[in-house]
Amino acid sequence: MSTVELRFTAVPAHVRTARLVVVSLGRRLGVDEELLDEVRLAVGEAAARAVRRHQASCPTASVLVRMIASEDRFVVEVADCAAVPGGSSSEADPLDELAEHASQGYEGDDALPAGLDLVVIGGLVDDLSVHEAPDGSTVIMGWPLSGNRPPVVGAAQASG
Amino acid sequence: MDLSLAHRFEGAATVVEVGGEIDVYTAPKLREEIISLVESGHYRLVLDMENVEFLDSTGLGVLVGGLKRVRAHDGALHLVCTQERILKIFRITGLTKVFPIHATVADAVQAME
Repeated sequence: MSTVELRFTAVPAHVRTARLVVVSLGRRLGVDEELLDEVRLAVGEAAARAVRRHQASCPTASVLVRMIASEDRFVVEVADCAAVPGGSSSEADPLDELAEHASQGYEGDDALPAGLDLVVIGGLVDDLSVHEAPDGSTVIMGWPLSGNRPPVVGAAQASG
Repeated sequence: MDLSLAHRFEGAATVVEVGGEIDVYTAPKLREEIISLVESGHYRLVLDMENVEFLDSTGLGVLVGGLKRVRAHDGALHLVCTQERILKIFRITGLTKVFPIHATVADAVQAME
């Protein structure tokens, strides 16, 4: 198993940085090219979610992205340390709220319903879990690695 | 910036060519472009997304906002997009039912007539 960590200041400009690094590493580790668009979008949504949460709660703290490669999986964790009160904000389905929002008149705000980012990630990633705690949350996403891939630099070489 | 914008007039429509990435960082630029066009009286917008390489939910928010702004003037906002990697987020969020999405600019402009 090998791990790469990226910490970035919680600003929108670095959401793309996170996407670039994760996709580069995923490609190098052997994630199928077809899956990389999903990786890019899912990680982008998770990173943007973390940036929004930090800007509301702990703007000087960094967002952490951990990329973990094991034998057959590439796992990406996006962790924020935002204190968001009250756990899940509402029971409403973000997709229902979105449909209603889109059909209403213009109200001066482009913001989409809360929770839509996790719905998008859920639509892209089979292996998704979200851990929420009073002092932060972690979005954990996993993708399979194909059989043919180059050895990771620095990994112990198997004999034979 | 990582987002390019240009517009031209075709028939009854204003065609906005969008290129590059629409994400949390670049979406405000697209929002400003749409606002500027609406404020100068252009309410029939075709957004050509064929050169868009990335679109996230923040970008979707700007598109929905744009749709609402033109609808407030009895206008319309149509999209041109054949890239599955961009259409995917519309499908996941159900927004394929909200935006008319065409395969070509010509189709979109014709739909505006």
